[in-house]
Parts: sequence; structure tokens; C-alpha cells
Amino acid sequence: MRYLPLTPTDRRDMLAAIGAASVDELYLDVPAGARLSRAIDLPDHLGELEVERDLAGLAAQNLAAGAVPSFLGAGAYRHHVPAAVDHLIQRSEFLTSYTPYQPEISQGTLQYLFEFQTQVATITGMEVANASMYDGATSCAEAVLMASRVTRRKRVVLSGGLHPHYRNVVKTMTGYTGFAVDVATPDVTGSEDLTARLGPDLACVVVQYPSFFGHLRDVTRLAQRCHEAGSLLILVVTEVVALGLVKPPGAMGADIVAAEGQGLGNALNFGGPYLGLFAARAPHVRQMPGRLCGETVDADGKRGFVLTLSTREQHIRREKATSNICTNSGLCALAFCIHLTLLGGAGFAKLAAINHANAVTLAEKLGGIAGIEVATPAFFNEFTLRLKRPAADVIDALAVRRILAGVPVSRLYPERPELGDLLLVAATETTTTADMDALANGLREAA
Amino acid sequence: MSERRYSKEHEWIRVEGDTGTVGITDYAQGQLGDVVYVELPDPGKKVARGAQAAVVESVKAASEVYSPVGGEVTAVNADLAGNPALVNESAEDRGWFFKLTIADRADLAALMDEPAYKKFVAELG
Repeated sequence: MRYLPLTPTDRRDMLAAIGAASVDELYLDVPAGARLSRAIDLPDHLGELEVERDLAGLAAQNLAAGAVPSFLGAGAYRHHVPAAVDHLIQRSEFLTSYTPYQPEISQGTLQYLFEFQTQVATITGMEVANASMYDGATSCAEAVLMASRVTRRKRVVLSGGLHPHYRNVVKTMTGYTGFAVDVATPDVTGSEDLTARLGPDLACVVVQYPSFFGHLRDVTRLAQRCHEAGSLLILVVTEVVALGLVKPPGAMGADIVAAEGQGLGNALNFGGPYLGLFAARAPHVRQMPGRLCGETVDADGKRGFVLTLSTREQHIRREKATSNICTNSGLCALAFCIHLTLLGGAGFAKLAAINHANAVTLAEKLGGIAGIEVATPAFFNEFTLRLKRPAADVIDALAVRRILAGVPVSRLYPERPELGDLLLVAATETTTTADMDALANGLREAA
Repeated sequence: MSERRYSKEHEWIRVEGDTGTVGITDYAQGQLGDVVYVELPDPGKKVARGAQAAVVESVKAASEVYSPVGGEVTAVNADLAGNPALVNESAEDRGWFFKLTIADRADLAALMDEPAYKKFVAELG
């Protein structure tokens, strides 16, 4: 393929056609303070070899989570992805296919999406799941919008255990359409009681499970109270592997489950692309966002798959559609589906048990260090430490020792200095005893 | 004693005293094909004449249903939730959508009677 850049003549002709004197004139509506007034500080050009050398040097300054002891979590988790997953998703039938708009000729795509939906419904304990959303945070916001459609109410309560990024996405997506979003204070101790915030005007309560700080709490009672008030309970799961071990959201009475599916089949990917899981109860299916695959039989009675309930979607329903999403995270969903298929139900439970066991071992090691308190009594694979010093400083000190010690809560709550001494630490099946000892030794000296 | 009126949007209304019963016409259900879902208004909802009051969804399309007169919704046809095909089987009787108290009987004057509606449909080809 030839790369044909614009020549100065091309530029001059185009500018003349629209009556502009220069390219800069096209940006006059951008406030002057937001415009760059100088040239970008980069060399004009470099040879391929030199660029490679320069960038490799920059990349070498990173600490990659897979290369050092890493305890990063807070919504993105490093898990082992079997080589078979990457091998299979790179088949061109999968890799290059877009969400089907003439769906029924793409039976293979529809079949894996149907199987993916079945897996999501099974592990969340819900009745119906869609073909996926962009990520956990947009799933969460879409769940709030759906709850508003179902209840015809516009007030929303967000738990103080909800990931701040998810909170922000909910606020953005509800910010201009008359919603009232009531955000509880950060629930560091896992003891918040949201029942006082319920009321006849409330569309939904959004609770993360396990919470941002790692707490695992049974929400059965809260679900009952929500239903008595005619409101829905939305459960958010940011670490999908937890569902291999914990009580399923559906069994606790959740009406909608919005989850991040990255933890199965998908690498950290520097924060994206990720995979939004979305599951709900069957009576609300027509208010669900996104694409939905169904299993049926063709004219000859043979098993086949279709995109169903498309009348909820904007290519048919226009402005009355349930959502503006017309696609899904197809390839990430496929990776999730293959990984979970390889694990099977027993393997998934075992994987979750290993995660939990490693986290318990880690908490015991770290909790025994003078000046460190484990602030999360019941957790899955991530918990909060309270340190004697600002957690951000400790992180920096340990990064120098090539240890990624976790996520300081201050990074996600910069406006809350009182949370500055809190550190989120996650362990997965990839965490070794040597990793744990490295962190314990590091914290003993730095914290 | 009841009278029946029709709108150009293919809704019918049966008037008994101050109460109107609204549905879509047999012609409309034939155009839509198999009805798979009907979204009904909440009782107590006030609807203006010509405003959207319900949605009917078939295998082909989702269509708005407009209230032929203004008023307050008093009841909806609960049978449609479990059996939306009633709209196909009996569009102008058992497949009714909702009942409302008619705010202004003058709204009825703008609607067609049965012969006029039949003529209107015939002209649609």
C-alpha cells in the first residue's frame, strides 16, 4: 500500500476552495488558551531503526505488570490467559469481522455470542445477558439508564464502594437528562447503610460487589428493601473472577448486573479494549441496551442463531432505542468465552479459589508488619491496607525496587486527602510466594 | 349504547359515556404482522389528543400508538402482556390497549366514523 501524503498544492487548493487563508484559520473557534502556539517538540523525521531504538529505550523505563511482582487491581486484573485464547481469536473469521448488521449469514459469530451470553447469565445467576458492552463502567451507566426506563424514575443512589471511574461515567451519561445522582461517601470500612436513601422517587441503588475497597457483603436485604420501594438494585462487579466463588448476584436479588469481563481471556491492555458484561431479569429484557442473540430453528428445523429483539435498537427504533450502542466488544467477548470454556465450571471455581487463597496468604503476611493494618475483613482477591504514610509515596519507593505494590486510593480519590494512607492490593493466580515476600520486605522498609 | 370512531393513525376508540376504549384497527394489525409485544401506559397517566400513549411491536417494526382523544388512562389490557397475539386475533375487540376518561368530547368530532374509515383505508390501496 502506498502512503500518499497531501502536497502543499493539495493543501492550497483545498483551502482556496473553502476560502481559508491557512490551516490555523480552521481552528479559530477553539479558545486561544487551548491551542498550541508553538511547534510540537519532536524531530522532523528519523529513520525506522532510530525510532525503534528511541521508543524501545522509553518503553524500557516502564515496569510492565507481567515482568515484576505486581499487586495492581482497582478494576483491572492480571490473570493468566491460556495461549489457546490468543491463537483462536486471531483466526481472521473472528479477528476482522465486525458486529453483524446482516446477522444471520454470520452463524459462527452469532453462535459464540449466544454461548458468551449463556456464560454471563450463568455466572451472574441472572436470566438474560446481552452480547456485551464497551466496558464495566459503560455497562454500569447503561444499567442506571435502564433502571430509569423500567421504573420511570430519575433519582439514583451510588454506593460509596463504587469505583470512582464508574461513578464518573454514570454522572457523565446521566448529566444532561434530568437525573439526580446521590453519591454516598467512600465506604472504606464496608459498613455503609443505604436504606435511609431509599424512597418512592428512587430508580435504583448501585452497589459494587466486591466493593472498590474489596469488601464482600451480602446485599440480599438491601435488594428486598429496594423492591419494597419499587426500585431496582444494580450490582457492579469489576473483578469477574470473583463470580467463580462468591454468592451469585442473581441469588441475592439483583435486578441488573453490570460487570467488567477483562479478568477472563483479556490482558490488562493498558486499560482497554475491555469487555462490559450486562445481565438482567427476563421481565426487563425489552429495556436492555445492546445486541442480543437468540437460539432458534430454521425452516428445516435445524438449530440456528439470530439477533433478536432488535426493535429495541436504534437502527429500527431510532430515537426511542434503549441505547445508542449498536455494537459490542466482540473480540474481547470471544476471548472471554474461550477462556471460560477452557476452564469449565469446576475450573472457574478452582481459579477463583486460588485467587482468594493467594490474597488471604498475602493479607496475613502484610497484616503482620508493624504499622500496616488490613482494613478489609472479608474480601475476594483484593483488600485495602492502611499505612502510616501516604500510600502514593510508598508506591513510588517500591517502584524504584521494581515492585508494583498496588493502587493508592488517592489516585482515584484525589479530592479526599483523608484517604491518602490507603493502598489497594490485589493478588491473583499469577502471584507467587516470592512476589508476596518481595512486597512484604519492601513494605517493611518503606511503609 | 356505544359509538366507535377511527383515527388516520389507525386507532379505534369505543365510547361509552365518558369512557373510551382504545386499540389499533384490524387494518393496522394486518400491516404490522405478528405482534410480539405491547408497551402500555401506566393507569393515571394523562395523555393529550394525538400524543403517544403506547407502543406496539411486531416482528417487523415498533410503532407508536397515539391516543385519538385527550384524557386520563384508567385501565390497560393486562391480557396483552402474556398474549400479544390477541392484537392479531381480535384487534378491535379483545385486543384493546387501554381505557381512558375522555377529557373533551369535542375531540371525537375530529375522528372518522366506520364508513369514513373504510373509505380512507380503501384509498390507501
